[in-house]
Amino acid sequence: MSTRPIEAARPDEVTTVTFDSTMEERIADVLRRYPSARAALLPVLWLCQERYGWISPGLMNAVAERLGESPAFVEGVVSFYTMYYTEPPARYVLQVCTTLSCAACGGRPLVEHLKGRLGIGFGGKTADGLFQLVGVQCLGACGGAPVVQINDDYYENLDAGRLDTVLDELKGRG
Amino acid sequence: MEAVLLRARGVADSRAITTYLAAGGYEGWKKALSMTPEAVTQVVIDSELRGRGGAGFPTGRKWSFVPKDHPGPRYLICNADESEPGTFKDREIIEYDPHQVVEGVAIASYAIKAATAYIYIRGEFVRWANILEEAIAEARARGFLGRNILGSGADLDIWVHRGAGAYICGEETALIESIEGKRGFPRLKPPFPAVVGVFGKPTVVNNVETLACVPHIMTRGAAWFASIGRPRNTGPKLFCVSGHVNRPGVYELPLGVTFREIIYEHCGGIRGGRKLKAFFPGGTSAPIMTGGEVDVQADFDACAQAGTMLGSGGIIVLDETADMVDVADNVAHFYAHESCGQCTPCREGSDWCMDILDRMLAGHARPGDPDTLLRICRFSSAGMTICPLGDAYALPISSIVNKFRPEFEARIVAAAPLAQKKLPVLPWAGPRPGFGV
Repeated sequence: MSTRPIEAARPDEVTTVTFDSTMEERIADVLRRYPSARAALLPVLWLCQERYGWISPGLMNAVAERLGESPAFVEGVVSFYTMYYTEPPARYVLQVCTTLSCAACGGRPLVEHLKGRLGIGFGGKTADGLFQLVGVQCLGACGGAPVVQINDDYYENLDAGRLDTVLDELKGRG
Repeated sequence: MEAVLLRARGVADSRAITTYLAAGGYEGWKKALSMTPEAVTQVVIDSELRGRGGAGFPTGRKWSFVPKDHPGPRYLICNADESEPGTFKDREIIEYDPHQVVEGVAIASYAIKAATAYIYIRGEFVRWANILEEAIAEARARGFLGRNILGSGADLDIWVHRGAGAYICGEETALIESIEGKRGFPRLKPPFPAVVGVFGKPTVVNNVETLACVPHIMTRGAAWFASIGRPRNTGPKLFCVSGHVNRPGVYELPLGVTFREIIYEHCGGIRGGRKLKAFFPGGTSAPIMTGGEVDVQADFDACAQAGTMLGSGGIIVLDETADMVDVADNVAHFYAHESCGQCTPCREGSDWCMDILDRMLAGHARPGDPDTLLRICRFSSAGMTICPLGDAYALPISSIVNKFRPEFEARIVAAAPLAQKKLPVLPWAGPRPGFGV
């Protein structure tokens, strides 16, 4: 599996945002799927996160403007869901499942191993900006416990050794 | 039994529409298009198919609640939010046989006269959202979707809508709010979605597995489907087994099989030859069962009779090494994190349960704790909240306290002497040795 790294825009690059023609085309394609512009909010936020790596306040303003919503409404939605990054993420975000099946099947020593190896706790980011560790609730892959999601990809049936191999490979690619 | 929903698992190139067509795919859709929507609904009613998402509501009846004379658009939503802890079946269906879902969505949309359908898939499932997009594009290219489908006059567009990380959006009215671009706050019912759903229009929300059954019912008939399982609990069911078993995974078995057969025959028994201590029969929202209750049949009615529920069919198995205070704590962390916060009993109650259980795990259990937990749970269940999340944490936690009370009492005996004093219950500020976040 070759997990794609996140290329997060610098905060100063997304202070004020004007969507280019590619983004406008994508937004138009989303809008025609729904009878209301508001319904396009989640998909448009996804488009933004794919393009810029995270959802800055400037992006929330731009999305609000484009869909005819208030920035406060957009922020209210962004903050409700856990998957929109409101700060620039590391290149690889490790989302470790902490729910029952993973906890029962070796998830805990795995988390201890990760914390030790990376020198960070849940919510932390390594100094080189490469890895970020997040504890998450059930990822819906309990048969492959313990499970870690790295960016868009699922890694299942992990142990410290297998996870180290994955991290070494990602570190090598940078 | 023969594989029905999982017949494509292990087949080469199983996702391709050519493979699906070679196996008789889209014949159910063609047959449906030659019938009236009412007749299609009747076939599903006759099959006695019940919703696979958790509630077990009869699918055909749900479809029939859409007002016949409603002039405006109607919507069909496929719920692929799959977030109930212990559940990983919809992903399996999409991974191996996405066209089964597309065809099921098409037939259900026709039955309720919807020209637009959305598949709401949890945000983490990027791979499976892409698989569905590809399948929809293939079906459209073959004329199974779009305008005037196969000359029938019926139109249908299917759009994949990704969630963004919120368990509550698996609840159908929260899901509807989320599609509308809002925070996933469940709605008060009534009105039910069949009357006032997404965009204020009649809407039916069905689970992936439910819809995947529909093409088979259309091609092979209601009587065939009803012959699998037992009366009122018909058809094949996907059981997701995880935890302390030798062979975790997704198993397709007729409803009515016993949990013993699932755990000991199909999953190869408990890891390390240890003893079965407890299991969640249908996700962690279902009241827990003890090892002594393993002979209960895994179906909607038998589980209800045993005081629990089949839920989504997510079976989490725990062996004798499991610490039940720890298990309750893990469950509490999940629901405290996922409560949407609208209703006080759920928002506050799940947090307080988590706090008390964290404190018990940290060695500061107090004599009144088990009863406090039970009292909090009582105030959060049976209709005290807008949606079932109140019950979803209260039922498992209270069932764990009730069925494994000696473990909670042992924590109290072992606790630091200071904790034995009568102290006010305060938010726990000490260490949280549990695993939750």
